[in-house]
Amino acid sequence: MKRAVIALMVCCGLCSVLTVPGFGADEKFTTGSSDPLITFVNEEIRKGWTDNEVKPSDVADDAEWVRRVYLDVVGHVPSGKAVEDFMKDKDPTKRSKLIETLLADSGYVRNFTTYWTNTLIGRETPDKTNRGALEKFLRESFAKNRPWHEITYDLLSSEGRFDDNGAVNYLLAQLQLNPDSDEYPVEATAKTARIFLGLQVQCTQCHNHPFNDWKQNQFWEFYSFFRQMERKDHEKYNATTGQMDDDYSELVQRDFGGAVNYETRAGLMQVAYPKYFSNELDRGSEVNRRLEFAKLVTKDDSTKLLAKAIVNRMWGHYFANGFTRPIDDMGPHNPASHPELLDRLTDEFIKSGYDLKQLTRWICNTEAYNLTSRFNDKNELDNPANGEVPLFSHMYVKPMQVEQLYESLLVATSADASGGGGTEAAQMQRERSADQFMRIFGGNDEEDPSTYSGTIPQALLMMNGDLVLKAISGEQGSYLVSVVNSPTFKKEPERIRALYLASLGRIPSGAEMKKLQEMMSKYPDKLSAYQDLYWSLLNSNEFIVNH
Amino acid sequence: MFNQGMSRRHFMSHAAMGGAAVLGASEFLGHLQLNAAEVSKNRKACILIWLGGGAPTIDMWDLKPGSKNGGEFKPISTAGDLQICEHLPGVAKQMDVLSVVRSMSTREADHMRGAYFMHSGYVPNPTVVHPTFGSVVSYEVGAKRKELEIPAFVSIGGGGMSPGFLGMSHAPFTVDAGGRIQNADAGSVDPARLNARLSMLGAIEDGFIKSDRGDAGQAHKDVYSKAVNLMKSDQMTAFKLDEEKPEVREAYGRGGFGDSMLMARRLVEKGVPFVEVNTLGGWDLHNDVFNALKTQKLPELDKGISALTADLKARGMMDDTVVICMGEFGRTPRINQNTGRDHWASSWSVLVGGGGLQGGRAIGETNADGDKIISESYLPGDLWATVAYALRIPLDTVHTSKRGRPMKIAGGGVPIKGLIS
Repeated sequence: MKRAVIALMVCCGLCSVLTVPGFGADEKFTTGSSDPLITFVNEEIRKGWTDNEVKPSDVADDAEWVRRVYLDVVGHVPSGKAVEDFMKDKDPTKRSKLIETLLADSGYVRNFTTYWTNTLIGRETPDKTNRGALEKFLRESFAKNRPWHEITYDLLSSEGRFDDNGAVNYLLAQLQLNPDSDEYPVEATAKTARIFLGLQVQCTQCHNHPFNDWKQNQFWEFYSFFRQMERKDHEKYNATTGQMDDDYSELVQRDFGGAVNYETRAGLMQVAYPKYFSNELDRGSEVNRRLEFAKLVTKDDSTKLLAKAIVNRMWGHYFANGFTRPIDDMGPHNPASHPELLDRLTDEFIKSGYDLKQLTRWICNTEAYNLTSRFNDKNELDNPANGEVPLFSHMYVKPMQVEQLYESLLVATSADASGGGGTEAAQMQRERSADQFMRIFGGNDEEDPSTYSGTIPQALLMMNGDLVLKAISGEQGSYLVSVVNSPTFKKEPERIRALYLASLGRIPSGAEMKKLQEMMSKYPDKLSAYQDLYWSLLNSNEFIVNH
Repeated sequence: MFNQGMSRRHFMSHAAMGGAAVLGASEFLGHLQLNAAEVSKNRKACILIWLGGGAPTIDMWDLKPGSKNGGEFKPISTAGDLQICEHLPGVAKQMDVLSVVRSMSTREADHMRGAYFMHSGYVPNPTVVHPTFGSVVSYEVGAKRKELEIPAFVSIGGGGMSPGFLGMSHAPFTVDAGGRIQNADAGSVDPARLNARLSMLGAIEDGFIKSDRGDAGQAHKDVYSKAVNLMKSDQMTAFKLDEEKPEVREAYGRGGFGDSMLMARRLVEKGVPFVEVNTLGGWDLHNDVFNALKTQKLPELDKGISALTADLKARGMMDDTVVICMGEFGRTPRINQNTGRDHWASSWSVLVGGGGLQGGRAIGETNADGDKIISESYLPGDLWATVAYALRIPLDTVHTSKRGRPMKIAGGGVPIKGLIS
C-alpha cells in the first residue's frame, strides 16, 4: 500500500521523463491517469513478473501505442496525421487524454456494437433474426454508456417484435429448432451461460463434466429458465409472386410450469426446476422464469459472475488473452492467471455501476497495456501462444478482425474520397467490396482471436482485390495520389514517410528508407514505384497485425 | 485389408467398356501409359458429389416397385449385384465399382442441420463448429503432400461448410464451375512488375519478422508465399478444362455439372485429396418430382457420374479415389398432393465406391414401402469413417476443439463393413 502511494506521487512530477521508451524497470510508468486502481493493477501484474523472474519489455513508443489503442477502442488505424500529432504532443498525460478522446469518439460505439453483435449472434446472421435492430439496440446502449447489467437485463428478458425491440434478437437467434423439441432452448442456455457468466455448461447437457464441478442437473436447471420462451414467425402475402414472404418474428412467452425432464448417461430420467445456484424459483407456470433469471443474474448476485465474465472478456479484448483461456470458461477447473487482480477489478467494476467505459479506461491506462509487443531476452517464456500462462510482460499481437481490417483500409487509402466516392455506383462498389471482405476474412467464429491463421483467398483478396487495387490505382482523391502530388511532401523520403505513417503508423527506419529508395530507383516512373510501395505496405504482416 | 485382386479383376473386365465410352480404345491405352507415373504415386483422394436440397433416393438407388410409395420409375439391372433407376443407365454400367448404402438414418431433416451433419458427422452444437470432412482430409492428408500447390480441399461451387476448429487454413478453397478463382488473376500486372512488388513486400515483411514479436509475421509471409505459388503454379492448369479433348468434355456433359466433375478428376490427378462438387443443386423437390428427375436432374447426374467413373477407371485412378454422392437427406417415401416428396432423414440411400471400397453391392435394406430400415442402419460418421479408412487416415485420430474438447474423427463412426470387406 505504501509503495502505491509513493508511486503516485512520483508520477505526478516526472511523467514527461517516464513516458520515454526504455526507462528503467524500477521506475513507475504512468499514462497520466491518477486513478489509484491503476496503480493496484500495475502492482499485481508486476508481482507476476517478479514471481516468474521475468523482465518486462520496454514501454511501447508513441507510434506503436497510438496505433494499438485506436484499433482496440475505435476499431481502425489512426490516420497518418493523427499519429504525427500524437508523436509531437509534449503533454506528459497525453496517453490518458487520448484514451478519453477515443472513448468519446463515435468509433467507440461502432466498434463495440460490431464486437457484441458478432459475439451474440455470430457474423452470419441466423435465420429470421433482425441484425440491424440488434445493432441499433447496442448502438444506443453504448452511445449512452448504459451499465452492462442493464444491457444484459434487456438482452435476457425482452419480449416482442424483432424490429421494435432489437434486444430480442439475441435469444431469437438461438431459437432455430422446432419449438416442441427438447433441444429448443438448449443453445440459448449454453450461449447465455458462456457469454454472460463465463461458464461452459454445454457438455453437462448430457453428462457431468469430467473436469469441472458442474453437474448435469445444473445445466437443466438453467435450461428450465428458458423453457417458457418461444419464437413466433409471421408471414405476409406477396401479391406479385402469389407466395407468402417472411414478415416479422417475435419472442413470446408460452405457458409452462413445473419440471423439465432429462436423461442421465445411465438412462435414468431426472427432473430439474429453475434454480440459479442457491436461488430457487417458485415452480408454477405463473412465474415468468426468464424475467426472474435476468433479475438474478443482474441484481445483487453474490457469485458476481456477470461482472467477472465481462472484466475477463474485456481484458482479453485488449490483451488478446484474458485471465483465463478461453475467456469464457471460468471456474475452479480453470484458475485465473491473476485471481486477486480479477477479483478486485470485478468488485470495482460493480462499484462503478457496471461502467463499460470505465473498464476500458482502467485497462488502457495500465502499464502492461502500454508495453511494446517486442519480446526481450528475459521474457521469452511469456508466450501464451505456446500455452503458457500470460504474465502481460509485453503486449501480445492480435491479427486484425475483418471489420478492423476493412475500416483500416478505408482510413489508410481514403477509398471513400477517391473516384467520385459519393455516387451510387461508388456506394454499390463499396458494399460489394465489404461483402467480399466479410466472406473471405470473417468466415469462422471459431478462430482464436490471438493467433494468426491466414488463408490463400485472404492473401489473394489483399493482393489482387478491388479495394487495394483501387487504392493504388493513381486516381484523384486517393491517399496515394494526395501524397505523391503533395506540395508539402516534396522529396522522396518525405513521401515514403507519409505512406508509412498512414499504413503502419510509424516512421520508417534509416535502413528501411535506404533499401526502399534503392528499390524504387529501379522503376521507370515514380508513380508506379509509389504504387508498389503502398501495395507492399498494405499487404504486409505489419499492417494486418495489431501489435 | 483391401481386396486388391478383386478390384484388379473388376478393373480389367470393365475398363475396356468404360474407357471406350469416353476415349476410344487406342487413346485409352495411351492414357494408361501417360498416367503410369501419376498412378505409381498411389495417391488417395475423395470426390464428394453433393446433391443440395436432398435428393429423392427412393427414386434413384432404392426403388420400391409395387408399393404405393413406388413412384413412376422402374428399376434396371446394373453391372453390380443391385438394381437402380431406369433413368440412370450410364451409372448402371459403372455399378461394378459403386455400391449403395440403403440404410442411412440421419435424424436431421432440416436443410442446414442435415447438411452440417452429413458433411461433418456431428449434429450441430451451440458452442463448437465441427469441421466439414473435406477440412479433416486437408488437415490429415494435405499437409503431407508437399508438392501440392493447390489447396488440399477444393470446393467446386462452394456451399459454405466450415473448417470449424481445424482453422481457416483448411477451409474449402472455392472455385466456380468455370474454374475461376476469385482474385487469383493478377490482371494487368505483368510478371516482372509482380516480382518487383513482391521483393518490396519481402523487405517490409522481413523487418517485422525480425522485430521479435512472435510467430504471426512469419505465418503471414508463409500464407502469401503459398498464394503467390498458386498464382504462378503449373498445377493451376487443373482448373483449365480447355486442355481436354472435345469428346471428353462431351462425355462429361457440357454444363456446369459436367465441367465440375471433369475438373474434380483433373484436381485429383494433381494430388488434391478432397474435392467437393456442388454445382448440381435443386433437389428440394416438394413438387412434380418425377418430371423434374426424368427430364433434368437424372440425365445430368447420370452423365457426370458415369463419365467420371469410366474416366477414373481408364486412368487407373479408381482404386485410389473414393466417390460419394449424397445430399443432406432423402425424401419422403410418401408422395404428397403436389406429386412431390418432402424431407426425410430416417431411411434413405447414399452412393459410394472407389478408393478400394467394395463395388456392386447394396448395403442395408429398407422395407417394401421404403419408410423403415429393416437392417443395420448407418450414420454420416460411419460413411466418413469408411472414407477415412480408404484414405488411410487412422480411425483413432482425435482432434481438439478450440475449447480443449477432444473430438473423434468422423464423429466416432465405424467403417461400414459391407464396403470394406
